[in-house]
Amino acid sequence: MVRKLLFVFWLSVAAAGLAQAGEAAPVAEDQAVEARVQKLSEELRCLVCQNQNLADSHAELAADLKNQVRDMLKRGQSEKEVIDFMVQRYGDFVLYRPPVKSTTWLLWGGPFGLFAGGLGILFVKLNRRRKDAGTPLSAEERVVAAGLLDGEGKEGA
Amino acid sequence: MRRFLLPLVVFAVLVGFLAVGLRLNPREVPSPFIGKPAPAFRVSQLGAADQTISPDDMRGKVWLLNVWASWCVSCRQEHPVLLDLARHHVVPIVGLDYKDERDAGQAWLAERGDPYAVSAWDRDGKVGIDYGVYGVPETFVIDKAGVIRMKHIGPVTDEVIKEKIVPLVKELNGA
Repeated sequence: MVRKLLFVFWLSVAAAGLAQAGEAAPVAEDQAVEARVQKLSEELRCLVCQNQNLADSHAELAADLKNQVRDMLKRGQSEKEVIDFMVQRYGDFVLYRPPVKSTTWLLWGGPFGLFAGGLGILFVKLNRRRKDAGTPLSAEERVVAAGLLDGEGKEGA
Repeated sequence: MRRFLLPLVVFAVLVGFLAVGLRLNPREVPSPFIGKPAPAFRVSQLGAADQTISPDDMRGKVWLLNVWASWCVSCRQEHPVLLDLARHHVVPIVGLDYKDERDAGQAWLAERGDPYAVSAWDRDGKVGIDYGVYGVPETFVIDKAGVIRMKHIGPVTDEVIKEKIVPLVKELNGA
């Protein structure tokens, strides 16, 4: 009796193992798709809560769009096709990384332009300061400076 | 005085940018659909499950596609405006009941009046995605050739009807 029960027990353990083995393959495939869905969702903006991407957003539309991304990837479509699909419907705005084109040159180039401008101003200022330091004081300036220093000395004493 | 000039100019430019920025509505994402053919669909009608509706059925007419839902709060605000527009027979309005239950959608129209020539039933929101819908209500003006000419996001108001939609519909009908 005990032996029979043990046999049934091992049989069920083996069956459970087999059942898991059978499911393992699709789960792995899903995980691969899921990883791609996740990666793409981080690149796409949620239109409802605009400062979140699809991956972060809990809006209903974000869930729908994520499902759309998943469906398309499962159908074997490429990342680029998914991106094109979204841009066609929601415009460049849907992209978290805006494309470089004539209307976005200021956006992409602006910071570099500001940086270059800042460097230019710094250079000019430093140059001017160096030139000022190079010129010796005139006689009048020396008198004024000496007066100031003496005055300070008296106040200190 | 000259040393105050530069900060003043910078300040004025900043104020200019902020003044323009404050007037922009971030909810209004420029639609990539303007001037493009309305995406095709064929779904069942809300009122008659055995009949379908497609943009092709409206070919040759200037028409409005209004995306609504019984769960949408702003649609309640917009509804009287649409009813008024429908009463004047300016332009046929096709409804798109977006992500809604059929019963709930029908009940909503029965209770509040039905401004739509016909309503399409978009149960899972797939048509909505094809039209780039991201907030209900949205309204599209579509011309005789089936090209989208205008998109309004958010509830349609009397001003929008008077100043934008009606003149555009007249122009499109005249052409």
